[in-house]
Amino acid sequence: MAPPIARRSRPPPSLPQRARQPSRGGAGRWVPREVAAAGRPLRRGRAAERGAGRRGGARNTMAAATAAAAPGRGRRGAPMYSQKELTSKKRDEFEDILEERRLSSDLRYAMKCYTPVIYKGLSPCKPNAIKSAVLQSEQVQYVIKQLAKEMGESPDIIQEEAMEILDEMGHNMQLGAVRFFAFTLSKIFKQLFQRVCVNEEGMQRLQHAIQEHPVVLLPSHRSYIDFLMLSYLLYTYDLALPVIAAGIDFLGMKIVGELLRRAGAFFMRRSFGGNRLYWAVFAEYVKTMLRNGYAPVEFFLEGTRSRTAKTLTPKFGLLSIVMEPFFKREVFDTYLVPISISYERILEESLYAYELLGVPKPKESTSGLLKARRILSDNFGTIHIYIGQPVSLRTLASGRINRCPYNLVPRHLPQKPSEDIQEFVSDVAYKMELLQIENMVLSPWVLVAAVLLQNLPAMDFELLIEKTLWLKGLTQTFGGFIEWPDNLCAKKAIMSGLTLHSNIARLVDGHVVLNDKGVEDGGVGEVVFKHALAILTCATYRNQLLNVFVRPSLVAIALQMTRSFRKEEVYNYFSFLRDVFSDEFIFFPGISLKDFEEGCFLLTKCDAIQTNQQEIYPTNKGGVIVSFLSAMFTPFVEGYQLIFRYLSKEAKEAFTEKQFIPGVRNFVFQLLEKGNTQCYEALSSDMQKNALAALVLLGAVKKEKMSNGFTYNVNQEAVNKILDMFDARIPVQKPVAARL
Amino acid sequence: MVVAAELLLDLLIIMGLQSHLYVFLPLRQELLKWNGWGYNDSKFIFNKKGQAEFTGKRYRLGGMVLPTFKEWMEKTFGASLDHKTTSRATLNVNDVPPSIVKEEFLQDLRAAKISYSQDAEDRVFRAHGHCLHEIFILREGMFKRVPDIVVWPVCHEDVVKIVELACKHNLCIIPFGGGTSVSSALECPEEEKRTIVSLDTSQMNRILWIDEKNLTACVEAGIVGQDLENQLAESGFCTGHEPDSMEFSSLGGWVATRASGMKKTIYGNIEDMVIHIKMVTPRGIVEKNCQVPRMSTGPDIHHFIMGSEGTLGVVTEVTIKIRPVPEYQKYGSVVFPNFERGVACLREVAKQRCAPASIRLVDNAQFQFGKYVDLLRQISLSKGFNLLLFKGFDPNILCVATLLFEGDREKVLQHEKQVYDIATKFGGLAAGEDNGQRGYMLTFVIAYLRDLGLDYYVIGESFETSVPWDRVLDLCRNVKERIVRECKEKGVQFAPLSTCRVTQTYDAGACVYFYFAFNYRGISDPIHVYEQIERAAREEILANGGSLSHHHGVGKLRKRWMKESISDVGLGMLRSVKEYVDPNNIFGNKNLL
Repeated sequence: MAPPIARRSRPPPSLPQRARQPSRGGAGRWVPREVAAAGRPLRRGRAAERGAGRRGGARNTMAAATAAAAPGRGRRGAPMYSQKELTSKKRDEFEDILEERRLSSDLRYAMKCYTPVIYKGLSPCKPNAIKSAVLQSEQVQYVIKQLAKEMGESPDIIQEEAMEILDEMGHNMQLGAVRFFAFTLSKIFKQLFQRVCVNEEGMQRLQHAIQEHPVVLLPSHRSYIDFLMLSYLLYTYDLALPVIAAGIDFLGMKIVGELLRRAGAFFMRRSFGGNRLYWAVFAEYVKTMLRNGYAPVEFFLEGTRSRTAKTLTPKFGLLSIVMEPFFKREVFDTYLVPISISYERILEESLYAYELLGVPKPKESTSGLLKARRILSDNFGTIHIYIGQPVSLRTLASGRINRCPYNLVPRHLPQKPSEDIQEFVSDVAYKMELLQIENMVLSPWVLVAAVLLQNLPAMDFELLIEKTLWLKGLTQTFGGFIEWPDNLCAKKAIMSGLTLHSNIARLVDGHVVLNDKGVEDGGVGEVVFKHALAILTCATYRNQLLNVFVRPSLVAIALQMTRSFRKEEVYNYFSFLRDVFSDEFIFFPGISLKDFEEGCFLLTKCDAIQTNQQEIYPTNKGGVIVSFLSAMFTPFVEGYQLIFRYLSKEAKEAFTEKQFIPGVRNFVFQLLEKGNTQCYEALSSDMQKNALAALVLLGAVKKEKMSNGFTYNVNQEAVNKILDMFDARIPVQKPVAARL
Repeated sequence: MVVAAELLLDLLIIMGLQSHLYVFLPLRQELLKWNGWGYNDSKFIFNKKGQAEFTGKRYRLGGMVLPTFKEWMEKTFGASLDHKTTSRATLNVNDVPPSIVKEEFLQDLRAAKISYSQDAEDRVFRAHGHCLHEIFILREGMFKRVPDIVVWPVCHEDVVKIVELACKHNLCIIPFGGGTSVSSALECPEEEKRTIVSLDTSQMNRILWIDEKNLTACVEAGIVGQDLENQLAESGFCTGHEPDSMEFSSLGGWVATRASGMKKTIYGNIEDMVIHIKMVTPRGIVEKNCQVPRMSTGPDIHHFIMGSEGTLGVVTEVTIKIRPVPEYQKYGSVVFPNFERGVACLREVAKQRCAPASIRLVDNAQFQFGKYVDLLRQISLSKGFNLLLFKGFDPNILCVATLLFEGDREKVLQHEKQVYDIATKFGGLAAGEDNGQRGYMLTFVIAYLRDLGLDYYVIGESFETSVPWDRVLDLCRNVKERIVRECKEKGVQFAPLSTCRVTQTYDAGACVYFYFAFNYRGISDPIHVYEQIERAAREEILANGGSLSHHHGVGKLRKRWMKESISDVGLGMLRSVKEYVDPNNIFGNKNLL
């Protein structure tokens, strides 16, 4: 621990920005009226205020496009996803909040005076008051009456049903439970993690946002830790605790479910598309809390934990619910806050790998949780939490939303969102995810994993260091947010990564190898399985790089596959890949050309290619980069080809997803056993689902809703054609290229 | 001008004020400010002690000193008496665009015995309404285009002749009534190449007849509201139409803009009061064949006329409903703990259809303003204040409703009780007659305040809308907030005054009035900034489900939103009427469409 030094080199985070307006005396200034109550310094516990020692430097000074909401117009006009400012990123610095917890009493911390900053327009009320407000709301009452009429039942019975739904769903936030969590989580987090780092400036921005308008927190989702950690963080900084949309599965856990409920979780059923009453009650519940400014509403755009550490494509349901009060002008504005939570080592990493390989996820249960406590003795490194710039929904929507539909129907009537609203919601969802991705912190280990996976089965340690350092430079050029541990030289940093991830890889005789225990003994099948397990776990870390690399890499692949220098051809192939991988990686809808240009720009920036009006060709030294980039995505290109081949040859006439996954898994498994492919990642159910979804999108597979879920029909010819394009046997034809 | 007027006045006296003189005087113009609101002798000033004072004897507030008003100005706007802007003292005649009129037309006018003027002051006086930018131009600049000539018809026949002459010579006519427009309706289109004739209706100001059996009166359209009420009162009648501008605005103007009066709950809006309209158009005269309360003869042609804003012709004579002057009037006021409760109460009153002649709900900012403006009110409120505090009212949140009851005494008292009973249910507390009366008195002087503000770098304006009940609160909050934000974004250095009141109640909604003003020191182009903010506020209103206008009209100021407001087809319908009635665009003020 460094000696106590002056804690901050920057001005202390104190008054809200507003207060810093030039003041020239006189009343009626901007400041006094609004800020008097609001202007208080962001605070954490007392240790921080005393200026206890902080770790010795190594602040990350590279940078973030704070991505102030670029006002968007229509997609065809200037899209709201503007290309990131790739050259001059400025990101905030991190502070470790555990440091303080290690220094002072957890009990005192848990019992501290908690008077959170709240929304200025808040009319305080208890959780139960919200429930009854929801039940009595015009919205819910309308649906109750409608259902009563349609089903010929008495409204009272349906009202009762609604009440039950509310009771199942509703949170019951209580300070006692919050304090309990504050205490236990302090203990647990200190056990599990070395550091929990957060950008304090982000917290400060959040503090202002919470006071000004209703706030929606949109964290990335990699682990169950996510929402616990976020609430813990807000408690630490004395901000209003969020209410969190959690899956109903948690209620299966005795005691814990109830505890979570008291800590502010509310529970939603996994699917309730058809249930109008449930939908009405749920939507109104969320909106009521948002409108009243009762608490920040938190949910995961990705819908579920990403098992691959790659950002999942967004779900739109909850997002459109929280946007509606603004569309209907029941609130002046709503802030959407993207939050990136990055784990140096993911708690659930091996569980995820099993799940991806088809070993079902254990049901959430309290006994399971207790069994999992052995992980407490393990080390999970550092967590980085980056609170992004709050994005004003009003700014995003300006000029995009036709107001008419909302003015001509009473606002309490359920209304299907118009097409342009749906499109807007989708754009916002993608924008938020891209903002999350932008501020995800990448650890050295992520780079190591990416290098290692290209050099299996074993790699010379020195070479690994060299390549990792090289990749670090490249990643930074591409705008990746690398947090290199305090002043550590490359070797030490990589060693410490290896130590932390000793379950994945280890050093043997100066070579790094994957730690696929038990491969030696056992049958062929078992060997393949174990090996797949190791690779998928390792890939989880490489995957964290992919969304940063995807645009230049797809350009690189397109260059290699088309063997042409003509920009138009390369773009066509790029665009094809982008469509095929549209569920695999996060692309802002409808801006293929911009993505292509960004990819080219980044490749030019690292001297990998040169371009002119019509042509695009690799430089002499660019070959290394181009082949590295394309190799990084080879598992996806090959994996998709395998899956498509399965669909074109093996799949039955009509099948369900439940039939598809084991089918394709067996198909790939056999190929692996025979040694006909090395693409272990094709075993990942995540990739399999994404590939299927891509074919649906491309029109090669028809998806139909049946009574028992969806069934799929393959159009063999179309799939074959796509396969041919993939192999570059036939050129990709696209009329869009005209604008190049 | 003054000399000329005196000469003419002498002439008038000499000639014995005969009724068919063809030299008529724009006497009224002499009484009114040339570069601000209202009468010359009535205005707010800061006296030598630095206290605000209202001059003149026309209003009850006249001569009264407002000791705390300065403090309000300073507190609200950050304005200071040390920072003063001064308007040009008189019109600079040389700046006025020259009058270009063909001699043949003048000859025809003289032959028709219609008085006219090409005097610069006369023309500039009729080149504008009372939008902020118009007043600002008067104080500091000059209009790019003003009427070339002003004509004063004295009767319907004169108007017919003028319109005929305009068609013959292909001129542009812009009808002018009281000149109180706040929609840029009177501004001359810059690109208009033809001679612009300002047709001033002020000399057509007679009541032609009163029909006591049917309670109607036929009135020439140029009569000013106050004169109409005064003259009717001589026979014991009134129209009950009292817009805030009634001292200056004219009957014809009301018809042309679809005006609304304060007491519409009893007497109705202009469309409810009008029985018959005579309008002169380039196509001829349009009118109905009888004076009946209602008829089913296709779409009501009155509705092409009302709100046509001078684009189709000149309204010359109007038959309007009259009522006996009410026996008894009683003011009242209620204090509510907050604006939400106040609106809920008004909604309930509207639901029970027991709204008094007028009911208005002002928000806290306007309540505060009233406190500072009115000395008496301050005393009475401070007396009442203890009571309010005792009842848990927060003086920084509470809001006030002012009431006006009219009718026969017994019914008024009954009615009053009913309304107060409802108010009580919503936490309202009766706050006395005086406060109510002063509230209404303020309405008339509030317009004078802008001129004072202009002297101290404060610019402002009011605008209105109508909105369904369920959106009133959201709309008020969002529009006020939008104004504050826009000001901040546009670099306004002090938080603006952004306040509203609910001024009319209907079965299905309410009329909401916004006042908005800010200190523009440090801003190089205040009018442009102002207009951007006003436009943003209107966008906000529309996004919140409010209308483009409740009664101010569209003019040229709000034209851009017409299509959105009434759909493409709707706009086409209006256009086709215009095309038929006025194919050569004689009435070329370019309003509305």
